[in-house]
Amino acid sequence: MRLGITVDEGSFVELDTDLLSVDSLHFPDYADKLAQAVAKSGRNEGLVSGTATIEGTPIAIAVADFTFMGGSMGSVAGEKIARTLERAAVSQMPAVVFCASGGARMQEGLFSLMQLAKTNAAVHRCRQSGAPYIAIFTDPTMAGVLASYASVADIILAEPKAQVGFAGARVSKQAGVGKVPDDFQTAEYAYRHGMVDRIVPRRDLRDTLAALCRMLGGSNGHA
Amino acid sequence: MVTPKSWREWEKPLLELDDALDKLRELSRSAPGEKRREIQAKITEFETRRDAYIRTVYGDLGVWEKVLVARAETRPYTLDYLNALTSDFIELQGDRRYGMDHAIIGGPAIFRGHPVMILGQQKGRNIQERQHRNFAMAKPEGYRKAIRLMEMADRFRMPILSFVDTPAADPSPDSESRGISEAISDAILTSFGLGVPFIAVIIGEGGSGGAIGIATGNRVLMLEHAVYSVIPPEGCAAILWRQPERGADASVALQLTAQHAYQFGLVDEIVAEPFGGAHRDPAEAAVRVGDALENVLNDLLELTPDQLREDRYEKFRSMGRHEVVEGVLSAPDPHRRA
Repeated sequence: MRLGITVDEGSFVELDTDLLSVDSLHFPDYADKLAQAVAKSGRNEGLVSGTATIEGTPIAIAVADFTFMGGSMGSVAGEKIARTLERAAVSQMPAVVFCASGGARMQEGLFSLMQLAKTNAAVHRCRQSGAPYIAIFTDPTMAGVLASYASVADIILAEPKAQVGFAGARVSKQAGVGKVPDDFQTAEYAYRHGMVDRIVPRRDLRDTLAALCRMLGGSNGHA
Repeated sequence: MVTPKSWREWEKPLLELDDALDKLRELSRSAPGEKRREIQAKITEFETRRDAYIRTVYGDLGVWEKVLVARAETRPYTLDYLNALTSDFIELQGDRRYGMDHAIIGGPAIFRGHPVMILGQQKGRNIQERQHRNFAMAKPEGYRKAIRLMEMADRFRMPILSFVDTPAADPSPDSESRGISEAISDAILTSFGLGVPFIAVIIGEGGSGGAIGIATGNRVLMLEHAVYSVIPPEGCAAILWRQPERGADASVALQLTAQHAYQFGLVDEIVAEPFGGAHRDPAEAAVRVGDALENVLNDLLELTPDQLREDRYEKFRSMGRHEVVEGVLSAPDPHRRA
């Protein structure tokens, strides 16, 4: 999996595994869908967070999982992102976040919308601390996630052809959005419009990240 | 019963009573003595009926009905509150990067003796106004102007009052091409660096990312019949059931009312609306909003810039609900109720 090809072998230590979403709204079918996702994945939440090294540089890392309820951001995903960024801030190491999400998890209602604020509060803290934050847009990086922590990383990399955009197709259609360019809401489109630093194929990602972490790596990188 | 699609459709019985009353009052003005007393009696009867109707309906507004009221085109908008509550408002324009935006307005004003920075989404009352305001759906320029004004307020130590009223941020390809997501995200990020009091009040529709972009205040107030949601109910219905026309059902599932938001601890205070809703007495609604804002502002003015930043950080950092469970593989009981 993605972690395996990105970080140093055996270096990943998973944290925050004991957080489980709460169905505060008793939203239709949420409890069942969540239970299915948990059973299928063997985890309480799709997004995985922890620490690792990348060619020797310690990093705080989070990797989203689109197969777990579309990678949607509810309270737990938001909490894990915030903890990852704060961990980077406290230990002065780079935060590396792989995004993959359709957006906020509507089944958690306003709690999910508040994750936009919560994660950005943590981005602010990370920035204040001087720890670098690198986001990688994988397929897809959309809506509430793009409109929060994903878009304000110090450095943004994107995987080729990843879907990257604000309003999803069904919501756009509902809002009466008309004809769009052929490559609308792709990584290439975002890159062309200045929203992404580089498009990096997966095979080059580890090298690019390693070099960036080494150069920007906070106090640990410069030690 | 067929689900009403608009406030006008839903409030029709009430609007008919209002019309009838207007006509009776008109008649009574020109009527001779005896006739006038008859009409007066009729007016009293109609008023009683109207008030009873309002009491019944507004005493227990359904979730979807709140959505309709929050969207009502007679509801007071940001500029109505500004006109009633502030003096010397000078609108400032431009993001200094690309262009101007009419969905988000902003600038300095005097609010009850305090120089403040105003931000707010502005809706339109007729077709021309609505188009001019882009239906209160701000483009990246709107959020970047908001960022500019937030930073300016911070430099000049002016508290920020933000009036939130938008269905959503602008989802057009135009906005996408200029980074609407980044603009919203940067506005949220900027707010966490502000050393001045920042108060947001949801006056009508708090529409997802478009709303939170200017709503990360130290305190967030919400009008009694306003709504605040992670996704427009019609969009939610489109995703859930592929039936956008089921917005009413989705609104119930989303629990997007002020009462829910308050109960969840996600807004700090509900501002009670006048009898029959803010649109029946905009002047009284403005006084209530003004009093609530002033109270909160006085509290926040006691805090230092560092305390204000810390307060805002703690407030939003703690939002969300999760439980801590033993082990990695603990599948939740699907029938468990939170």
